[in-house]
Amino acid sequence: MDKFTTLTGIAAPMPLVNIDTDMIIPKQFLKTIKRSGLGVNLFDEMRYDRDGAEIPDFVLNQPAYRDAQILVAGDNFGCGSSREHAPWALMDFGIRCVISTGFADIFFNNCFKNGILPVVLPPEAVEVLMADARKGANARMTVDLESQTVTTSDGVSFPFDVDPFRKHCLLNGLDDIGLTMERSPSIERFETRMAQARPWV
Amino acid sequence: MTTESKPVSARTLYDKIWDAHVVDRQPDGTCLLYIDRHLVHEVTSPQAFEGLRMTGRQVRAPERTIAVPDHNVPTTWDREQGIENEESRIQVEALDRNAREFGVVYYPVNDIRQGIVHIVGPEQGWTLPGMTVVCGDSHTATHGAFGALAHGIGTSEVEHVLATQTLIQKKSRNMKVEVTGRLAPGVTAKDVVLAIIGKTGTAGGTGHVIEYCGEVIRNLSMEGRMTICNMAIEGGARAGLIAPDQTTFDYVKGRPHAPKGAQWEAAVAWWKTLFSDEGAPWDKIVTLRGEDIAPTVTWGTSPEDALPITATVPAPEDFTGGKVEAARRSLEYMGLTAGTPLTGIAIDAVFIGSCTNGRIEDLRAAAQILRGRRLAPGVRGMVVPGSGLVRAQAEEEGLDAIFKDAGFEWRLAGCSMCLGMNPDQLAPGERCAATSNRNFEGRQGYKGRTHLMSPAMAAAAGVAGHLVDVRELATEPV
Repeated sequence: MDKFTTLTGIAAPMPLVNIDTDMIIPKQFLKTIKRSGLGVNLFDEMRYDRDGAEIPDFVLNQPAYRDAQILVAGDNFGCGSSREHAPWALMDFGIRCVISTGFADIFFNNCFKNGILPVVLPPEAVEVLMADARKGANARMTVDLESQTVTTSDGVSFPFDVDPFRKHCLLNGLDDIGLTMERSPSIERFETRMAQARPWV
Repeated sequence: MTTESKPVSARTLYDKIWDAHVVDRQPDGTCLLYIDRHLVHEVTSPQAFEGLRMTGRQVRAPERTIAVPDHNVPTTWDREQGIENEESRIQVEALDRNAREFGVVYYPVNDIRQGIVHIVGPEQGWTLPGMTVVCGDSHTATHGAFGALAHGIGTSEVEHVLATQTLIQKKSRNMKVEVTGRLAPGVTAKDVVLAIIGKTGTAGGTGHVIEYCGEVIRNLSMEGRMTICNMAIEGGARAGLIAPDQTTFDYVKGRPHAPKGAQWEAAVAWWKTLFSDEGAPWDKIVTLRGEDIAPTVTWGTSPEDALPITATVPAPEDFTGGKVEAARRSLEYMGLTAGTPLTGIAIDAVFIGSCTNGRIEDLRAAAQILRGRRLAPGVRGMVVPGSGLVRAQAEEEGLDAIFKDAGFEWRLAGCSMCLGMNPDQLAPGERCAATSNRNFEGRQGYKGRTHLMSPAMAAAAGVAGHLVDVRELATEPV
């Protein structure tokens, strides 16, 4: 997994609430057996018309936001399905951080597995960051995971919370599976106990 | 690091199942949770199996891992001839290869037991009370109907469970949704869960596990309970739970992978301890009166856009905050005008099926409305049983004939038009009365318009040609 330490980049404003995973990556792109290559279809049905032409109004099609690395989004971002294709598509496009007042649980979790940092902030803070994102390409936001702060182009900083274990994994780009496999003896002990206590399982 | 759980006097059902599966606990509360059943389908697993291959890892517990293709499979009767869409075919073939190579339990497309993974699991007795159940699919919440802690996971976690049979988890909060009293005639589990989501919103359960309780829930069949828990995720909760009781035990008993003999007795004895203790602490409580719930439909593009069928289409100004703009966008997408009675909305299609409402009881409810009636002119209808066994049962009861006589297509099992990964899709602008779980933009097909409702309501809408209150139709002489 790619590390996430600090990021300074363009932030795109997406104030719509309840942006669901079907919007982030529609189902026709879930047929891949790979993790890569989904960025071109990120937000596909909002981003392109039926003929595949870009819809100019859509934020990521606007010249200022084509290289955005941060999204500032409306509440409940990533609701809907468990498809990890959603963070894969964001990552492939180049988005490494999403900021919102709230995320759906499964999406939130999937982000951390893919080197994307989801940042939850109170409505007042997101409002300021949304306004900063609206300034376009000249306004670069900075997200620092080590110090747990988001800083606007004007130097206004907001502290955010992050789970210590997830922070550690993200800062170091750690593979969960490798960590868990080191605990195989505990898993074996559990299985032995369970075979006694609940043999029908 | 300790394997002991904190001593607490009164625990919720969620607390009890959680405690019974903690392999170890870090000082910060992060736990390694043991997974009893891992369900696998073709869309969210190829990258996980590939990850195992690349790292030389094995599936730790193939006998606890159950794979079935469902999202991409054609539901037409000629499907034995193969899948026309190349990408879909490759995905199903990949599952086929992975299941055989890693030796997991597998129900291939041509097996009568094939179907939607969340219908197959309970049907085969893989899902049992008190278990932890995961799948790379958000509707894994369905299995919570058995009092199993069941939730969706991403593909990285699918790989993690395949390799270690565990998940790294932090505990969620406890939320209680109580539905008191009784339901009026014509009101079903689907109406109850839509009414709940209408009340709590799609983020109302975020960070929580919901336990559904109360007299209305107690009186539901297992099929109805599965409909309720299936849509916990639409209320923002990864998992929904219903405490197991005699209804649960009766459903489970005798299923192919249910315990038998002395083990059955031991299992039931433990299952009977799985309920929330008196005085257990809740982080959030929501209560609804069963009597207040009417047949419910959605008007917008979020499951929280649910209203009684007797209501009218709302205006964006009826909402506050970010929902104003979202409602405006929904109305435009759905092609609806504020103030229109919901019963005035004409439909083009009816879809009966999905992991929400593709079980035998759902088909019976729709067939009861359709007996002796026909789809309105110009309306197309599709019935997709949730599994091959549901289809066989329905055919034995003659339900297929009722659907066909009413003008519906009778299909083979799969996820089908719930998300349209196979050719079963809405055309742009087409409006559908659907028994599925999501009315998101484009969900059932590009620019397709979805109204969520119960099987009886969907059948009634098909007959009327527009959304209709099933209670009016049901009183007409058949």
